[in-house]
Amino acid sequence: MALQAIAFYLLAFVTIAAGLLVVSAKNPVHSVLFLITAFFSAAGLFVLLGAEFLAMLLIVVYVGAVAVLFLFVVMMLDIDFEALRDGFAQYLPIGGLVGGVLTIEMIMVAVSVATNGAASKNATPLASPGGVSNTEAIGRVLYTDYIFFFQAAGLVLLVAMIGAIVLTLRHKPGVKRQDIGKQVARTPKTGMELVQIKPGEGISE
Amino acid sequence: MTFSANISLVLPELVLGVSALVLLVWGAFSKKTTPVFTGASVLALLAAAVLAAIGPHGHAFNGVYSADAAASYAKVAIFVFSALAVVLGDRWLAARGDQKFEFPVLVVLSAVGMGITASAGDLISLYIGVELQSLALYVLAAFRRDDAKASEAGLKYFVLGALSSGILLYGASLIYGFAGSTRFADIAAASHGAHGLGLLFGLIFVICGLAFKVSAAPFHMWTPDVYEGAPTPVVGFFAAAPKLAAMMMFARVLGDAFPDAVSQWRQVLIIAALLSVFVGAFAGLAQTNLKRLWAYSSIANVGYALLGVATGGEIGLHSMLVFMVLYMVDVTGFFACLQALSRDGKPMETIEDMAGLVKERPGIALAMTAFSLSALGLPPFSGFWAKFYVFKAAMGSGDVPLQWAAVLGLVGSVVAAFYYLRLIKAMWFDAPAGSVDKPQPTARAIGFAAALFSFPIVLAALVWLDPAAKAAAAAFGHL
Repeated sequence: MALQAIAFYLLAFVTIAAGLLVVSAKNPVHSVLFLITAFFSAAGLFVLLGAEFLAMLLIVVYVGAVAVLFLFVVMMLDIDFEALRDGFAQYLPIGGLVGGVLTIEMIMVAVSVATNGAASKNATPLASPGGVSNTEAIGRVLYTDYIFFFQAAGLVLLVAMIGAIVLTLRHKPGVKRQDIGKQVARTPKTGMELVQIKPGEGISE
Repeated sequence: MTFSANISLVLPELVLGVSALVLLVWGAFSKKTTPVFTGASVLALLAAAVLAAIGPHGHAFNGVYSADAAASYAKVAIFVFSALAVVLGDRWLAARGDQKFEFPVLVVLSAVGMGITASAGDLISLYIGVELQSLALYVLAAFRRDDAKASEAGLKYFVLGALSSGILLYGASLIYGFAGSTRFADIAAASHGAHGLGLLFGLIFVICGLAFKVSAAPFHMWTPDVYEGAPTPVVGFFAAAPKLAAMMMFARVLGDAFPDAVSQWRQVLIIAALLSVFVGAFAGLAQTNLKRLWAYSSIANVGYALLGVATGGEIGLHSMLVFMVLYMVDVTGFFACLQALSRDGKPMETIEDMAGLVKERPGIALAMTAFSLSALGLPPFSGFWAKFYVFKAAMGSGDVPLQWAAVLGLVGSVVAAFYYLRLIKAMWFDAPAGSVDKPQPTARAIGFAAALFSFPIVLAALVWLDPAAKAAAAAFGHL
């Protein structure tokens, strides 16, 4: 399948190139845009693997929500990103050393696995059971086999929501809010006051 | 297995989760924290502890959740200490007029997370449990949001915690890739005999991530800053229940998923344990703030518990489980005393503040002396028995590096003796620095109870703590 191979190499190249540009772009807005590109190409790779549900999820959740949120945050915060990069050269040697060691280790692991053939066991994705599409397969297990994870993950999101409210919500006393009950209950008696004014004295507060 | 059988196994977490939701709605509508509200959350935690103790044993949801003797043991301790944290935190916040109904709710939710990690039988449930617990703890650290130090503590804890979660998740994905499954039972089968290099590579990342959570050196950097900035009762909570939950994660991952790779992970744990003991002992020497001091003390104590895990097998995990529960009583009691004390309305947090405490508040001074001597490991206090179990297990293992590590651990505890004795000297022999306010009665009562546990009660408590921990340790590795 030459077409598939071309599509794979194109998408893989774009993903890696966009990933590099995310960290090397000077302008943070450009970084976020490259991030979106990387997500899109990764979604394409998922489609090639036959995991169309994950591909759509990646676009809806990561591109649609997360990356756009990043974009808002980057554009709204007044951060001097150039100043943040000042220490770049200073931390480059140690950071490069750690990164290099990790890279070499991972290459060694990958090579030993490739030669010993341990990875060949799971080289191809599992066929979807019973001839159903993988969206349907996920739907079948998500609320049955994985119900515990699903509910527990729901609690994690609840904690995040409570946390955001606890740490940021402030009830300001001076803010005027509409209170319809109060408005309706208003009568001429409570709404105005008749004052007898003597000439030349004005109204006291 | 039927759905209702699964539900009956996860009942402790289910009860806590539902009560958290009910409490949340109740709190949102009533808008105040009444004693009834706090009492209800304490009651929910205690009910979950009872359910965990008497509930059925088994593996729920295809083995992703194991309710066994180990889970029961850890959960009873975790839920009881969370209930104490709700009481202490409520009193402390009430004294500052900063009560919010979210405080008990967040403690209950973090207890759910700790319960899930304590009975994790799968990498996914482990990770979700970790996140549930940690997210609630980040918020609790920054709970007094107008206090700059508390905000700093919350932010530091959050950023470093997120990093450690990333490392943990990376290791978990490597293990999944090489074992072909996230379930501990399948990973144990995959790692049986010749362990793949990839599996061990993933395991090291998971150990690093867990070491962050348990604040073992060299991943301890966040601990002193977070302990210093967070509210005192929250620190007492951090140092107790989540530590046991994190040690349970170590026991689950190493004992359940990698029981055959013991010679591989033992060396990693020995290094982490020794580094923790020495960082805790030497860095503690320079501290004047008691919360920072106790942070380093907790790093050192985690080192001893890790020594127990490094021993591995039933004896090692047995010693770790006994050690952690005895340590939790000490540290909760110490922070309860610290929270009870104030001078002219200001909290007393440095060693100088404690000068001459024995003339002002002899009861609290006596209790804090007991906790210091116990943390020092002096017989007959509970800390001695805790260390005794760990060292006995390590010496009896027959593994030469482990035996040397135990000897070095003893040397570390001698170094740490300096700062515990310095605190005792300040309390008993220095001139008082001024009058101390009337202590908060609830916190003082909890402190006294813990002090009484630390000396005479511990001898009786060990009679049932020892067989309970033994049964719990025997439950590992049977998936």
